[in-house]
Amino acid sequence: MAVGAVSNGIESDVNRWQYLNRFLTTPGPFTDDEATLGDEIIQRISSMKILVIGAGGLGCELLKNLALSGFKDIHVIDMDTIDVSNLNRQFLFRQADVGRHKAEVAAEFVEKRVKGVKITPYCGKIQDKDEDYYMQFGLVICGLDSVEARRWINAMLVGMVDGDNPDSLKPLIDGGTEGFKGQSKVILPTMTSCIECQLDMHAPREAVPLCTLATIPRQPQHCIEWAHIIAWEEERKDITLDTDDPEHITWLFQKALARAQEFNIQGVTYSMTQGVVKNIIPAIASTNAIIAASSCNEALKLASSTNPGLGMPGSNNYMMYSGDEGIYTYTFEHLKKDDCPVCGNLAKKIEVNSNITLRELIENLAERPEARQLKKPTIRTEAKSLYYQAPPSLEEQTRPNLDKKLTDLVSDGEEIAVSDPAYHQIQFRFKLLFRS
Amino acid sequence: MTTTPPVLQGPTAKEKKYDRQLRLWAASGQAALEDAHLLLINSGPGVIGVEALKNLVLPGMGHFTILDSAVVEEKDLGVNFFLDEQSLGKSRAQETCKSLQELNPDVQVDFNSQTASKFLSKPDALQPFSIILVASPLESKLLSQLSEHCDSSGVPLFYMHSVGFYVHFSIQLPHAFPIVDTHPDPVTTTDLRLLKPWPYLIEYAQNKTKGLDAMDHHDHGHVPYLLLLLHYLGDWQKSHDGKSPANYQEKNEFKKLVNSAMRRNNPEGGEENYEQAVAAVLKNLNEPTPNSSVKGVFQAEECANLSAQSANFWVIAHAISTFYTKNGVLPLPGAVPDMKARSSDYIELQNVYKSKARQDIAEVFKEVQSLEIKLGRTKQIESSEVEAFCKNAAHIKLIRGSPLHISAASTTLDWSDKASSAAMLLTDETSHFLLYVAFLAYDKLYDEKQIAPGIEAIKEDATIMTKYANSIIGDLLSQAGKKSSEDVEKAKTRVGKLCAELARAGGGELHNISSLGGGLIAQEVIKVVTKQYVPVDNICLFDGINSTSSVLRL
Ligand SMILES: [Zn+2]
Repeated sequence: MAVGAVSNGIESDVNRWQYLNRFLTTPGPFTDDEATLGDEIIQRISSMKILVIGAGGLGCELLKNLALSGFKDIHVIDMDTIDVSNLNRQFLFRQADVGRHKAEVAAEFVEKRVKGVKITPYCGKIQDKDEDYYMQFGLVICGLDSVEARRWINAMLVGMVDGDNPDSLKPLIDGGTEGFKGQSKVILPTMTSCIECQLDMHAPREAVPLCTLATIPRQPQHCIEWAHIIAWEEERKDITLDTDDPEHITWLFQKALARAQEFNIQGVTYSMTQGVVKNIIPAIASTNAIIAASSCNEALKLASSTNPGLGMPGSNNYMMYSGDEGIYTYTFEHLKKDDCPVCGNLAKKIEVNSNITLRELIENLAERPEARQLKKPTIRTEAKSLYYQAPPSLEEQTRPNLDKKLTDLVSDGEEIAVSDPAYHQIQFRFKLLFRS
Repeated sequence: MTTTPPVLQGPTAKEKKYDRQLRLWAASGQAALEDAHLLLINSGPGVIGVEALKNLVLPGMGHFTILDSAVVEEKDLGVNFFLDEQSLGKSRAQETCKSLQELNPDVQVDFNSQTASKFLSKPDALQPFSIILVASPLESKLLSQLSEHCDSSGVPLFYMHSVGFYVHFSIQLPHAFPIVDTHPDPVTTTDLRLLKPWPYLIEYAQNKTKGLDAMDHHDHGHVPYLLLLLHYLGDWQKSHDGKSPANYQEKNEFKKLVNSAMRRNNPEGGEENYEQAVAAVLKNLNEPTPNSSVKGVFQAEECANLSAQSANFWVIAHAISTFYTKNGVLPLPGAVPDMKARSSDYIELQNVYKSKARQDIAEVFKEVQSLEIKLGRTKQIESSEVEAFCKNAAHIKLIRGSPLHISAASTTLDWSDKASSAAMLLTDETSHFLLYVAFLAYDKLYDEKQIAPGIEAIKEDATIMTKYANSIIGDLLSQAGKKSSEDVEKAKTRVGKLCAELARAGGGELHNISSLGGGLIAQEVIKVVTKQYVPVDNICLFDGINSTSSVLRL
């Protein structure tokens, strides 16, 4: 009887997965000659541990796609809870789930729908986990809306690579969307261009100068930013701004509206206030579907060799997608940068005026795209400590250096290393060239 | 002590739920979506259509009907996320309908378990639907019937394939499909009329830049760059026979002129407004000539020969074409980008543009009204529609829909006037045209055997498909009046590989690729229904092996 049950199970499995398994067992005209398809591949995919970072718009799609692509041991990390504005695209969530953790609800839903798939949720931050945790996975897929989180996991995976242990190299597949646009890419840490190498592909929104906000606003957005950055600080310093609190948004909206009226500026709305303050990026189901499926497609090809995919050194690794005018994709090879602070081995050359102080140098660095997020940098050269944020004794000891000129601290062409608690594994290396 | 007054313009529950999409297509787009009734004619594994529907149910498209005669089998559960164990043995249309409905209580999802041929035999079967999606495979006879219905009723029709790693879809749009709200990129499409300023703008700029040299640093650094450019253009014209910088070289010289006038002896060692002026020279110093797409609209027969029944679009287009003939420019859009300036100066300048734009709109509106009287139209066009048209007049688009290519067992495809452009694509490896040919061969074989290629015999079917593909290529060459070449022969070999990869699928879909295709199709449906952004015209292919895509106009 037991035997019968098992064989029935196998038979239904064979029936159930027949479309997928055809591709995992039968080579096609483009399949690599070296690839060995068959039961072994099916087994490899179903036992591979795969990590999905983010259970939002992309994450929901990724979990569904992976579960229906033969992956059976899926883990998912997300710290967020479900908001009503997620429901227009995050299809694993219902009105009744609002307020619950995304990772948990998403995992439950997909497990229930797709028999035999195990999804392990973790409701928290990626930063809570260490190298040992990430080492267990065969592949990591990101569906994130935060550049910071992408940079963190990228640095972690690059740092984990051990030349003597091939299993330490975890392919990273990353997708992102904004409105009708998106991109997906495959990264082989240390071997091909990484997230840090690609930072220039995501141009930051230009910040409006503070003096414009304070004295000469011209746009409704300027009035909103003023309410957000200046008025709140002046009038409600003791209350922590919660951009999800309608009372707070209403307060900012009213402030911005009054200021706009004062300057005869039109166009401040509640929705715009929310958009500016929360830095809302438009998001729709269709673009998420396209980008998540493209990411999962690369995962399947990478794990199975059923067909060649993106990401091998010397070949295309990046697909840009745009859907507002027709449909347009641009698939290319993004090149690894030798002076990438995460995966490169050269320091980035920067020209500086040798008469500026160390403090001014730190301010200048914070304006560079790669060092944009440096809030509390620690700086040293090969030989000495220039400025340490912590411990307090060292901070005190190095503080006087802040007001010294660069000429008194480093020599022309010397390398400095900058680190920051926000990116503990990344060391930004700069070679300082004195401007004559 | 202060309490925040109650929210006056706070979002409704619906606005909250749809916030992230309303920022793309606004309330007008949402209303159009909610009015739509879509029919999905499903067949095969049927996943791509259902995935498309998922992406349309979520944003709240109004009404769906799924036509699918299949009964849920074990193999459906490995590829369709909207079915589970409980669905086995039940109607696939009904079961998917149930799961999709759960995604959004605001929409109406209906099902029909008849076969397509039974359903289509009823005379008015298609009457309720405003848009139709068809998943391959479908008998060519039925596809032709659908294509004819959509052609005569002006209903958009999508025909799609998801086979293994490949996706194809074609869109048959109505013969005239005009779009006003194309959402052009505001940075590259700003129209400031610097080379065609209207008299008041010249006068205003002269006034505001009078005594520029005598201004103190603060004033000098706050003159809006737009006025600076007009000022220095005046200087330039004096030394260039009244002409403006016309070519790249002259524009560069003009740039230098502006740059050299920047004050550097101020505390900042430079001026942001001058930097903005310099940066704007190449971008904004352009003749506001209508592009070919706008000219195409003006020259269209529908624009020239209005009738009482003409669509509003054509009446307004006609009025704008009259405006253009009279004024030599299109109506001013009226938007001014942000620039370094004092608040009051900027607002004043903005108002100069806004009031000129309003004046232009009024002129067009007057013309529209006189046309309405002349034509004896009973329903008047609202000024808001004229205003929206005027603001985007330089970026309107007209798509001329053409019928689907239907690849049938016994007939030869007619490429009509597209034959020579299609023949050119045979040797363009990046175009994915050969993949399209492979799909045509796939349909031909299906139509002959009524079973998906590769199910019974991968190799044999691949060989037959390759033979069909080669004869499609041969027919195309003869219709284009071209001879084969070495490159075309190579293309025939390449198409064989594509046919083999299609046959490998055995009529199967990969969930993942269907999900991607469903994303593409949903996006295009949204663009077609909202008449916003620019839809694919008219064939799209996605290659999941190389992660590349193409749009072909054939
Ligand atoms: Zn790198």
